Amino acid sequence: MKLEDLRKIREKAERELKLREGKARVKIVVGMGTSGIAAGAREVLKAFLDEIEKRNLQDVMVTQSGEKGLSSHEPVAEVWEEGKPVVVYGNLTPEIARKVIADHIVNGNPVTEYVIEVREA
Amino acid sequence: MPKRLDILVCSGAACISNDSTTIKNKLQAVLKENNLEEEVAIVETGCMGPCELGPVMLVYPDGVFYIRLKEKDIEEIVKEHVIKGRPVKRLQWTTPEARKIVEERKQIPFFEKQMKIVLSNCGKIDPENIEEYIAVGGYEALAKVLTTMTPEQVIEEMINSGLRGRGGAGFPTGLKWKATRDADGDEKYIVCNGDEGDPGAFMDRAILEGDPHTVIEGMAIAAYAVGAKQGYVYVRAEYPLAVKRLDKAIQQARKYGVLGKNIFETGFDFDIDIRIGAGAFVCGEETALIASIEGKRGQPRPKPPFPAQKGLWGKPTVINNVETFANVRHIILNGSKWFASIGTEKSKGTKVFALSGKVENTGLVEVPMGISIKDLVFEIGGGIPGGKEFKAVQVGGPSGGCVPAEYMDTPIDYESLKKLGTIMGSGGVIVLDEDTCMVNLAKFFLDFTQEESCGQCVPCRIGLKHLFDILDRITKGQGRMEDLETLEKLGEEIRRTSLCGLGQSAPNPVLSTLRYFKDEYIEHIKDKKCRAGVCQFETVKEKETIEEKLKGII
Amino acid sequence: MTREEVLNKYGKSKDNLLYILHDIQDSNPRHYLTEEDLKEVAKWLELPYSYVHGVATFYSMFSLKPRGKYIIRVCESPTCHLMGASNIIIELVKSLGVGIGETTKDEIFTLELTSCIGVCGVAPAMMINSEVYGNLTSEKIAQIIDEKRRESK
Repeated sequence: MKLEDLRKIREKAERELKLREGKARVKIVVGMGTSGIAAGAREVLKAFLDEIEKRNLQDVMVTQSGEKGLSSHEPVAEVWEEGKPVVVYGNLTPEIARKVIADHIVNGNPVTEYVIEVREA
Repeated sequence: MPKRLDILVCSGAACISNDSTTIKNKLQAVLKENNLEEEVAIVETGCMGPCELGPVMLVYPDGVFYIRLKEKDIEEIVKEHVIKGRPVKRLQWTTPEARKIVEERKQIPFFEKQMKIVLSNCGKIDPENIEEYIAVGGYEALAKVLTTMTPEQVIEEMINSGLRGRGGAGFPTGLKWKATRDADGDEKYIVCNGDEGDPGAFMDRAILEGDPHTVIEGMAIAAYAVGAKQGYVYVRAEYPLAVKRLDKAIQQARKYGVLGKNIFETGFDFDIDIRIGAGAFVCGEETALIASIEGKRGQPRPKPPFPAQKGLWGKPTVINNVETFANVRHIILNGSKWFASIGTEKSKGTKVFALSGKVENTGLVEVPMGISIKDLVFEIGGGIPGGKEFKAVQVGGPSGGCVPAEYMDTPIDYESLKKLGTIMGSGGVIVLDEDTCMVNLAKFFLDFTQEESCGQCVPCRIGLKHLFDILDRITKGQGRMEDLETLEKLGEEIRRTSLCGLGQSAPNPVLSTLRYFKDEYIEHIKDKKCRAGVCQFETVKEKETIEEKLKGII
Repeated sequence: MTREEVLNKYGKSKDNLLYILHDIQDSNPRHYLTEEDLKEVAKWLELPYSYVHGVATFYSMFSLKPRGKYIIRVCESPTCHLMGASNIIIELVKSLGVGIGETTKDEIFTLELTSCIGVCGVAPAMMINSEVYGNLTSEKIAQIIDEKRRESK
């Protein structure tokens, strides 16, 4: 790889990461470190995917990350939307994951009881 | 599990002087009477601000702020608010300032107090997608080094940064690299210790799982600085997911050409392979780890020669741990001055701590070096659950020692911890409350280290067994007063004469609990009493009651 | 993978010994190393049998005894200990009817202890093969064991 290649990939990837590429409106990032998985993140991830499919939401993507560090509130997931702060949810269960899709992603009302952090993207 | 209600009791100095401890104890007792312990959490917090209104207390998720509390008010709050859901208006504070405090406290202060450098990408980017790493500036530091800096300049920058090894002893990283560069021989190696020092620490796993490219990039920069072409990451077998993610990252790095031949067309070659352990604590010791990579039993050897002179296959080797390598790219990109401006005089940068045990918010915390234990446990950790008393923290796992509550204002850095008889280790901080028996804890650690001793040298193999036997006796109520002196003498002797770090540090849990909690040892021996209620003594009286209990059954 | 395939995969380099032992053990449905395995590995790498045996017995993750389909490893690190690992062990001993280091008669479960698995924030924890379970309670254990029992049928 040449130096210019690195810069090109960076530009493209930066836009994608911040959802400026038009591929998705919303991105849900599920913390899939061992702590998260041990606390049930796999079931939460499945619930997100399942609910998105059921509702046929074409503009919502789900990805994974490592752990954010707050083990006691695992499973944890982040919701990214362009131009909005990132909303971080904690203590998720499959049921709450479905609620996040219905209330937050579809209707725009974050499920405040489970929000553990709001930060800039 | 999250509780139905969280009651935050202010334990700032002002509220404590206003007797908030009585309020907390009363609250705990009333909750217990009403069988609400499972549903309601009591959280001690740092100062909430309105000291003149203390003692104060905040109820979540309702966001109700109570002020000027008296012991007699607690009953009413529990009966009305907790049970019936009707806040006690008489004691409530509802001004705009109160609302502001309520709002501010709502977000868990866990994140806002932290300074994330090493962990900045963990939990944010997809570790299995190299492009997400590149999007946040990944491999820019390697590019900078290869295209604009000489190896000597890189080493200079590392020395100036003041970065010290994050795996235990805290040796300056730049000097280690320099020694390896200066050592004779043209074949040199980079080894990343991913064996995660102390049990109770898990930052290295989280970094390998959450941001593996950071480690790869740090190793590549080290390789350029010392003149190595091959690196190894040694990961413990207990971390299968870390191995999987790292393996994927290495393959992607090769595909994108940031590992392999002629990186960034500069003629620099470097590649990395993974080696996995198979369950042996001693392999965290660097010479044992090297033996294990070579496919041998993981047994340490005496130093010198240090790995910088004679390491892997007898060749000069840089060996740093995961967190240390994860710092490298930030130093290169932001400069050594920036890095050295964080932390204390002798301990630069941030440190990741693994907070676990009897604390509200458990997990990984990255803070500037020099933060106090109190801030770590109460501000970020959210205090002790269940309204229990904070007793001590165990820092550095079985190789470290405890720091009692009296010293909670101590800044956490390499030197201050050493003065208190413990070590930084890899940063495991286990929080202990009043239900922990310190003698039993020391016994637990000794049981672990004597089991994990590789058996090569006598002080460690036999000495630790003796320490354990004595502790075992004391926890069973069969201790003798002269045991205490033996523990101290033998502990010091093992510390002085063992071959490697495992043996040299294994007596620390005994010596430090003896130093700070001798009264508990004496209680066990003289009064056959364990104030935490952990140790079971077979006293005559107890035997009788057991027999009585058994009467109806047999 | 058969033993021969594992050996061919890694070649004759001695530093691959741990990998070879791991892979052979993993491909055995009973998760252990036989005496013959050790002999063949020694021959292949041109090492004394005693050396290979020494390495295999030094590391706690290798077993020279047949084990069950699922190896349950309860973490006995200080944090898990503090957060109630001993109750978890008692629960498992009761529910499986075996002691530590033993395998159930139906050859489904082996109960072992492990050093820190690095999920201290969700202690107490255990691993079943390579899957990690945290925040353990009696109910959760009963549920997991039931599930695994059903899966194994």
